Amino acid sequence: MVKILKKELLVPNIHFMVLESEVIHLNAKAGEFVVVRPDEYGERIPLNLVDWDEHSASVVFMEVGTSTRKLGCLKSGDTIADLAGPLGRPTEIVTGKKILAIGGCYGIGALYPVLRAFKESGNTVITAIEARSAFLLYWQERLKKYSDEFFEITRDGTRGFTGHIDKFLNWYLLKNSVDMVYAQGCAYLTYLVSQTTKPVGIKTVVGLNPIMIDATGMCGVCRVIINGETKFACVDGPEFDGHSVDWANLLTRRHIYINEERRSLSFYECEKYG
Amino acid sequence: MPEKIIPKKTPMREQPPKERIKNFNEVPYGYSPEEAIAEAKRCLQCKKAPCVAGCPVEIDIPGFIKFIAEGDFKSAIRLIKEKNVLPAVCGRVCPQETQCEQVCTLAKKYEPVAIGRLERFAADYEAAQGEAPIPELPPSTGKKVAVIGSGPGGLTVAGDLIRLGHSVTIFEALHKPGGVLVYGIPEFRLPKAIVYREVDYLIRCGVKLVLNFIVGKTATIDQLLKEFDAVYIGTGAGLPWFMNIPGENLNGVYSANEYLTRSNLMKAYLFPEYDTPIARGKRVAVVGGGNVAMDCARTALRLGAEEVHIVYRRSKQEMPARIEEIHHAEEEGVIFDWLTLPVRYIGDERGWVKEMECIKMQLGEPDASGRRKPIPIEGSNYITPVDTVICAIGQGPNPLIPQTTPDLKAGKWGNIEVDKATMKTSKPKCWAGGDVVRGGATVILAMGDARIAARSIDEYLRTGVW
Ligand SMILES: Cc1cc2nc3c(=O)[nH]c(=O)nc-3n(C[C@H](O)[C@H](O)[C@H](O)COP(=O)(O)OP(=O)(O)OC[C@H]3O[C@@H](n4cnc5c(N)ncnc54)[C@H](O)[C@@H]3O)c2cc1C
Ligand SMILES: Cc1cc2nc3c(=O)[nH]c(=O)nc-3n(C[C@H](O)[C@H](O)[C@H](O)COP(=O)(O)OP(=O)(O)OC[C@H]3O[C@@H](n4cnc5c(N)ncnc54)[C@H](O)[C@@H]3O)c2cc1C
Ligand code: SF4
Ligand code: SF4
Ligand code: FES
Repeated sequence: MVKILKKELLVPNIHFMVLESEVIHLNAKAGEFVVVRPDEYGERIPLNLVDWDEHSASVVFMEVGTSTRKLGCLKSGDTIADLAGPLGRPTEIVTGKKILAIGGCYGIGALYPVLRAFKESGNTVITAIEARSAFLLYWQERLKKYSDEFFEITRDGTRGFTGHIDKFLNWYLLKNSVDMVYAQGCAYLTYLVSQTTKPVGIKTVVGLNPIMIDATGMCGVCRVIINGETKFACVDGPEFDGHSVDWANLLTRRHIYINEERRSLSFYECEKYG
Repeated sequence: MPEKIIPKKTPMREQPPKERIKNFNEVPYGYSPEEAIAEAKRCLQCKKAPCVAGCPVEIDIPGFIKFIAEGDFKSAIRLIKEKNVLPAVCGRVCPQETQCEQVCTLAKKYEPVAIGRLERFAADYEAAQGEAPIPELPPSTGKKVAVIGSGPGGLTVAGDLIRLGHSVTIFEALHKPGGVLVYGIPEFRLPKAIVYREVDYLIRCGVKLVLNFIVGKTATIDQLLKEFDAVYIGTGAGLPWFMNIPGENLNGVYSANEYLTRSNLMKAYLFPEYDTPIARGKRVAVVGGGNVAMDCARTALRLGAEEVHIVYRRSKQEMPARIEEIHHAEEEGVIFDWLTLPVRYIGDERGWVKEMECIKMQLGEPDASGRRKPIPIEGSNYITPVDTVICAIGQGPNPLIPQTTPDLKAGKWGNIEVDKATMKTSKPKCWAGGDVVRGGATVILAMGDARIAARSIDEYLRTGVW
């Protein structure tokens, strides 16, 4: 049993959760993730580590299906069944570079430790966070602390730059040059970022989120195709060069269980709400 | 001594095939006390019992069988447990036909004594009596041992060392202990309650169990060595192999590990009560010919498949699976496509596998493994419809520890190298055994390695000499 030390709703559907852990901090690095299991019936799901200290590990998650819905219903002081990590390869932290870092939905949270590591290693960091509407953006103050420049992007134009990430990238890269683009968030966002930077040849690192189970390299469900070669995202990634990813395969594999996931969610909701 | 030789084993009652493919309950029921006594009386009580040498942990087989024949089941289990801490497991899953039973004197002319079934009987008898009593433990030596992995190997090392007065902590990456016994081997062959009972016994003896702790990531071996005097690595062979043929990343193509982990560890067969889903295919192909392939095929049937094929590139004689498992699979209606090799998988417009292309094989000269090498027959390709494919062609050692422990010597396939007499690795204070050393092997061999390592660890802890 793992205690929830703190939980808060950041914006509709996106939660911040601090979990008790005496061990995650021992080796935790930016870009790594943890696996959590909400209860005895639950799935093992991967979530990025957004922060840690000697007694805790924190995550930011978006409610999409049963597991994240279950987590969403919990409050400070409750417990979850399991927490394991850190897992995956950490972000490769370069030095002395100009980096454009992009986050959307849960990726805004996932961006935080990476920005911090980039900044602390002497890089110039330009941060851009994006959402459908202004009320879905969060953690601006936290992120600004580690950013040299800071942009907000909304699709409906309620704050900052209006449009989707591709429009922003085309606009920004027209008059600025960067050494590298880094992106965290849903597969569509990381895909769009990679597609936009590919023609202009800017190195782009993205966090991928295929389905996982054990997250230790044991089951192979997380396989992704990178430069034509099969890799296990949990041990070889989850970050890869966005221009080498077989996106069609990733997006198809993420939907393997779409019917079952719907069934699971309606089963859970009927049980919970009658 | 039996008055008259009884040529055949006392049969064991089983769930009928038609019924059992609709549930995940254990298939054989086990012997009743009367059946066990009858079977035990078949044993000739040979003076130089060859069966003992056939058992990798050298159980006193005639000894425990004699106790069963006399109806003294308590003494039987006590004697078995001197050598084997997981008898309920081994009695069920050991490949007896190539070990103890193969060399049984009776086997020369008749069926061997059903040693495995008797071992299982004695263990189940003990369990039915309630919690096993804790043995008296010697005073603490003050030495601390870290055991990495809670498979049969790790559990054996822990059991041996705690009884020698050392403090033992098991670190397990997953959220449940037991290794392959829990995530791999299905409930209908090895009920998980049996494994948890053994783990519980170790915990009652004082072994500490830390779950969700991935050595190499959560803490490295070097970090553990700051706190522990010795480390045993029993991390198993969990890395699934694929064939690297076109279409292997289509939806509906599984590794055996994924398929079995979903069903066993995550209980996907009880979806949606449990949250983890699994594809319930109608036409399933399982590629491979070992125990793992049999387990996948039989799981697929229980998940509602109409047709399950085992696709194996050699013939029945070369199949590495246990005879009992092949027999059970046949009874349940699994179809065997011998001398057949998949060459590619074909997907539909939604990215799901819909067909597989296979080529027929013929057997040539024996290869390095002594088995006849399969050779493709040119032009014999054919395409057959499938909606689920499970790749059960084998697995390699878990890579996390070799990757994060640079001074630990590993072979070409990632197997940790050890000195066979002590199971010492190239890294001081580190021992290893079981599948991480051997590649995919057996439960009892992992336990045998663990025994050797435990003895060596104890000696090191007492003398301080590496
Ligand atoms: C390495 C890694 C790190 C991750 N980090 C985070 C994180 O920090 N925070 C976080 O919220 N999520 C993160 N994810 C994604 C997260 O694991 C999934 O959202 C989660 O498993 C969904 O479980 P569920 O049971 O709630 O939904 P499911 O029932 O599994 O999914 C419901 C439906 O939503 C879709 N879906 C699932 N996840 C997403 C998504 N992220 N974006 C769009 N659609 C989705 C599925 O395809 C499915 O159709 C990460 C994934 C990986 C592999
Ligand atoms: C489906 C299947 C069926 C089988 N059937 C039979 C059979 O009928 N008879 C038979 O004798 N054998 C059978 N085997 C083989 C047998 O199960 C193995 O040989 C045996 O389990 C090996 O034991 P082990 O202790 O070495 O490792 P494992 O049982 O593999 O256990 C290793 C444990 O270590 C954990 N681990 C791995 N890495 C780390 C890490 N970095 N940190 C912490 N923990 C870690 C794993 O999660 C796992 O729990 C079968 C195997 C499979 C897969
Ligand atoms: S442990 Fe295995 S090999 Fe040894 S006697 Fe028992 S069944 Fe036979
Ligand atoms: S070899 Fe067979 S008959 Fe002889 S003691 Fe062993 S089990 Fe009994
Ligand atoms: S999640 Fe199982 S191998 Fe990556």
